[in-house]
Amino acid sequence: MNRYPVWKYAILVIALLVGVLYTLPNFFGEAPAVQVSSAKATIKVDTAVLQRVEEALKAAGVTADFVSLDGTSVRARFDTPDNQLKAKDAIQKALVPDAADPSYIVALNLISRSPTWLTALHAQPMYLGLDLRGGVHFMLQVDMQAALTKKAESYAGDLRSALRDKSIRHGGISRDGQSIDIKVRDEATRTATVNLITDQFPDLQTTITPDGAEFKIRASIKPEATRRVQEQALKQNITTLHNRINELGVAEPVIQQQGLDRIVVQLPGVQDTAKAKDILGRTATLEVRLVDEGTEARAAETGQGPVPFGSERYLDRNSLPVIVKKQVILTGENLTDAQPGFDGQTQEPTVNLTLDAKGARIFRDVTRENINKRMAIILFEKGKGEVVTAPVIRSEIGGGRVQISGRMTTMEANDTALLLRAGSLAAPMEIIEEFTIGPSLGADNIERGINSVVWGMLAIAVFMCVYYMLFGVFSSIALGVNVLMLIAVLSMLQATLTLPGIAAMALALGVAIDSNVLINERIREELRDGVAPQMAIHTGYERAWATIFDSNVTTLIAGLALLAFGSGPVRGFAVVHCIGILTSMFSAVLFSRGLVNLWYGGKKKLKSLSIGQIWKPEASGKSVAKPE
Amino acid sequence: MEFFRIKKDIPFMKHALVFNAISFITFALAVFFLFSRGLHLSVEFTGGTVMEVAYSQPAELAKVRETVTGLGYTDVQVQNFGTSRDVMIRLPVQKGVSSAQQSEQVIDALKAQDSGVTLRRTEFVGPQVGEELVHGGLMALAMVIVGIVIYLALRFEWKFGVAAIIANLHDVVIILGFFAFFQWEFSLSVLAAVLAVLGYSVNESVVIFDRIREAFRRYRKMTTAEVIDHAITSTMSRTIITHASTEAMVLSMLFFGGPSLHYFALALTIGILFGIYSSVFVAAAIAMWLGVKREDLVKSTRKDGDPNDPNAGATV
Repeated sequence: MNRYPVWKYAILVIALLVGVLYTLPNFFGEAPAVQVSSAKATIKVDTAVLQRVEEALKAAGVTADFVSLDGTSVRARFDTPDNQLKAKDAIQKALVPDAADPSYIVALNLISRSPTWLTALHAQPMYLGLDLRGGVHFMLQVDMQAALTKKAESYAGDLRSALRDKSIRHGGISRDGQSIDIKVRDEATRTATVNLITDQFPDLQTTITPDGAEFKIRASIKPEATRRVQEQALKQNITTLHNRINELGVAEPVIQQQGLDRIVVQLPGVQDTAKAKDILGRTATLEVRLVDEGTEARAAETGQGPVPFGSERYLDRNSLPVIVKKQVILTGENLTDAQPGFDGQTQEPTVNLTLDAKGARIFRDVTRENINKRMAIILFEKGKGEVVTAPVIRSEIGGGRVQISGRMTTMEANDTALLLRAGSLAAPMEIIEEFTIGPSLGADNIERGINSVVWGMLAIAVFMCVYYMLFGVFSSIALGVNVLMLIAVLSMLQATLTLPGIAAMALALGVAIDSNVLINERIREELRDGVAPQMAIHTGYERAWATIFDSNVTTLIAGLALLAFGSGPVRGFAVVHCIGILTSMFSAVLFSRGLVNLWYGGKKKLKSLSIGQIWKPEASGKSVAKPE
Repeated sequence: MEFFRIKKDIPFMKHALVFNAISFITFALAVFFLFSRGLHLSVEFTGGTVMEVAYSQPAELAKVRETVTGLGYTDVQVQNFGTSRDVMIRLPVQKGVSSAQQSEQVIDALKAQDSGVTLRRTEFVGPQVGEELVHGGLMALAMVIVGIVIYLALRFEWKFGVAAIIANLHDVVIILGFFAFFQWEFSLSVLAAVLAVLGYSVNESVVIFDRIREAFRRYRKMTTAEVIDHAITSTMSRTIITHASTEAMVLSMLFFGGPSLHYFALALTIGILFGIYSSVFVAAAIAMWLGVKREDLVKSTRKDGDPNDPNAGATV
């Protein structure tokens, strides 16, 4: 009765092997590495970059363990930190000729030392949380109300020009909070305006209130459009943050959306919080200025003369100089949106800008006076300006809708729109949570965590072996398997391991041993009642199972509640806690039974079990247990 | 080796009243301290900034305090953290000053005073996050309670569900009472520990309830009190051994885990100790007061067969 069919043993062995395989990477430690990633949204890291890195290393005479392209970055692993630094210098020199304007980020990093065949199986070490590896964590809250106000402002501009196009005479358009008020004088105009809004602005809904003899049409953003605006605002802020964090040269930044209006930024290994915060909070500015087209400026542009007074020299993205006037026409504040698109007539790729009311007014005046002249849009980041685009003004542009076209590929249009958008955050953000953990504290935390798990486990194992003899040994092995499975599952899921997570691991082991104690006590009890050894094992496991199941379910309920409502450290605890309960059900019941079956299952005339002394209230004649 | 050599069932239920009285008094004390002293909530709940700095020599707290208050902060807490060289500084939320400025300002001032100081950790939490955490914590607690009562009601009987949850909530309140009395810092990880204890000590009640159900089936002539006594006595050995094992783990966390895990382990220690008491003595007693009967448990489980049948469970 105490025999497992072969397939059950096979499952146990396979589970054990998989467990060992995925736990392995955690033992190899980490090796120094250099990671190359893109510093600009417009530059892609591809095999060409991989080749350049390889060539640079060869030229410098540094041999890497391997150089590989991994998603969006090239990584090279080295045997010593010395080589790592040498390689970083070499790669930096080859890939980033101008340190003030890097196209690539060359960062020092640590990657797992595990052999490539393990990595090929996607067996990676556990992902350590910031409290274990050191770094900075920020939680930013996006001001969605501001994003909606900005959107309403841009709709107001659009409405104004749409009404003008249709020659509908209105008595004024104004933005009130997040809705737009349009005054109309008579019923015909009212109907025309409402029809126009329903036709051309599917995201707006209208309500009409009579205002004396006139009507007031109030257009507000529909709820589903509101949601879309918020999603876009969040996405744009994340993109902008990405661009900025790239400057910090962090190897593996985490930038994630959390909830509807929050962004979590984690920068492992970064110690300079002041700089990180400065960069996150900075708004890159966008300026629209006129290009100086005087003869002196022309000369300066080709490098034949000094830059005229009242003008400045900037480079465009192809590094060609452009002389622009110092006077600023518009700033990024007036720009509400920038999207790539196509010209309706020529099918050329375009970049479409939307300006707010004030911007639209200024823009109309400036364009009217400067037809056939050039206008430059300059993006200032890190205190340094770059001309994103410098188109020629073809006609007066009113209504705040600006289309930039001409000699652009679709790719270029996309990039330009992205750069223009990156100039400003869609909505202001505020840091609402911040943690900094020094690297020494992280290392201390790992050591303490591991120490508590190891010592606790040793104490339990020694006690179990002494108290339950061979069954204690089985229980201890099962406990070890539990740790193995737990680490393997965590490594497979790439769940983030934090200090509370290690605590949960320790606690999970404490709880897991409960199952084995229950089983062993049950078997002893059966023996005490005079049941034959084989039968005692069978019924012991059988009866204990119901109890083990019940008690694990209640613990799991608590774990799931923590997972659902907890955040930060509580979540880290809950994940490991829940997985630990599941693996303990497997190891404590199935695995220990497998060991017992393997040892005792074949013995037909079993007289006693090595489960420690069985004491009986009254010494009855039929002793089944061997005294100690 | 066998620690527990109990000849006869111990008549626990005879003294049920005494146990309940003891529980009630501890419970009342805990509630009293909770209200009179309140919990010493960590910045995670209240909002504010915590900085942990390390000095090369034992730090003079008075000097550190002076430096920080010199920057215009009121209500600053400065205390040792772990060793005498590590200092923890707690600053309240200040309107108009961003978190970035706060920690920079303080560390600069401390560096000016003693260049050997290094920043180990900072933590800033805005007040809005704190409110959410309190809300999340209470939701989690409610979900645990409802979930466990429903599960136990399905598996056993509603009386057991209610008894188990009352017994274990009383543990939770007692842990909180300890934290209030000693003014230990109540942080998010302590909250996690408290909820884990809730799940863990319900375990204990489940094991005993399981035995009660079995005993009701097996010993038809016993009264309810006798059945409960028998269940408690026969699970005694496993109760003590399991808890001792878990406690060994928790103590190892308390000793080796360092200051970050200190209060977490402390909460678990208290929780486990009181967990034994409450689930053994209180839960069963409450179930008895609620009037558990044999008919509540035995009726629907006929398919298990008669446990008195010597061939029950035997398979070939």
